[in-house]
Amino acid sequence: MELVKSITTPVVLDYDYVTGRAQSRFLRGIAEGRILGQRCIECKRVYVPSRGACPRCAVRTEEEVQVSDKGTVTTFCIVRVPSENLAFNPPYACAAVLLDGANIPFTHVLQECALEDVRMGMRVQAVWVAKEQLGPTMSSIRYFKPIAEPDAEYDTFKEHL
Amino acid sequence: MAPTEAEHEAPLTAVHHLEYAYRRSVGPVLGRFFAGLRERTICGIRTRAGRVLVPPAEYDPETGDATGDDFVSVGPGGTVTSWTWVSKPRPKQPLQHPFAYALVKLDGADTPLLHAVDALFESRMRTGMRVRPRWRSETRGEIGDIACFEPEA
Repeated sequence: MELVKSITTPVVLDYDYVTGRAQSRFLRGIAEGRILGQRCIECKRVYVPSRGACPRCAVRTEEEVQVSDKGTVTTFCIVRVPSENLAFNPPYACAAVLLDGANIPFTHVLQECALEDVRMGMRVQAVWVAKEQLGPTMSSIRYFKPIAEPDAEYDTFKEHL
Repeated sequence: MAPTEAEHEAPLTAVHHLEYAYRRSVGPVLGRFFAGLRERTICGIRTRAGRVLVPPAEYDPETGDATGDDFVSVGPGGTVTSWTWVSKPRPKQPLQHPFAYALVKLDGADTPLLHAVDALFESRMRTGMRVRPRWRSETRGEIGDIACFEPEA
C-alpha cells in the first residue's frame, strides 16, 4: 500500500468587512487621489489612515487634513518567501512610509528601486493607478518609488519607528 | 449627480476572503490511515497496552509509548458516543444540509473518530445509534473520502 505523504488542510474565512466612518472617509479620499488623515485636537498628531479617535488622548478625531503622497521610509523589510495571491513577485521591499504631514507611518510596497538601495530615511512617493481607475481601495496606490531628494535625517523620523 | 449627504456618509463594505492553503505532512502512521481510506478501509493501531486508537497515532496518548506498526482493520460500522446538531452548515462543512457532528466509535476501536452523520433530522440522532460510512465516489486518500456516516438501516 502506498502511503499518503501529505494532506491539504485549508482554512477559509469569509468576512464582510465594514470600514466604519473614519476609514470610509479615508478610502473615499483615495478614490479622489488624495490621502486624508485626521488631527487630534489635543496632541495635534495626524493619523493616516485615521480610525476616528486618538489612541493616546482617547478623544474623537474630527479635523480632516490632507497629507502629501511623498514621505520617508522609516523601516522596511525584504519579502523573500512566496505565498499565494501576492501582487508582487518576491523578493520585494515592504516599507513603513511616514508621509509628509502625518505622524504615523503607513505600510506599502516599494518598487523601481534595487533592494540593496532601500534604506531608512530614503525619500519616496506614491505611484497611483490611472485617474479613471481610482477607487476607494488601497490598490489605487500601486506602490511607492524613490524620488530625487536627499535622505531625511534620522532625528526627523526616530519618533516613528 | 453628487451623492446625498446620507450616501456620502454611509460606511464602505467589502468582502474579505482569508484563506490559508496549508499542506501538512502526515507521517508514516496517519499516512497508512489515509492510504487505507483511499481503498475504502479504515485502520487503527494497537498500543502496547492493547487499546486500538482510531485514527492511528504514533504514540499512545496515555503512556507516551511509541505505538509501532500493529495496524488493525476496524469498522466499517460504529456507534455514536456523542454528537451535536449543526442546523446551519457553513460552506466548507461536509454536508450542506443540517447534520450532526458525532464521535463514532468504530467496531473494534477503543477511541472514537469525529465525523459528520447524515441523519437528516435531529430527532433521529441519539447516543448509542449505529452508523456506517458513506464513501465518496472518488477517493483521494483524505478524511473526506468518508463523505459522512449514515444511520444503519
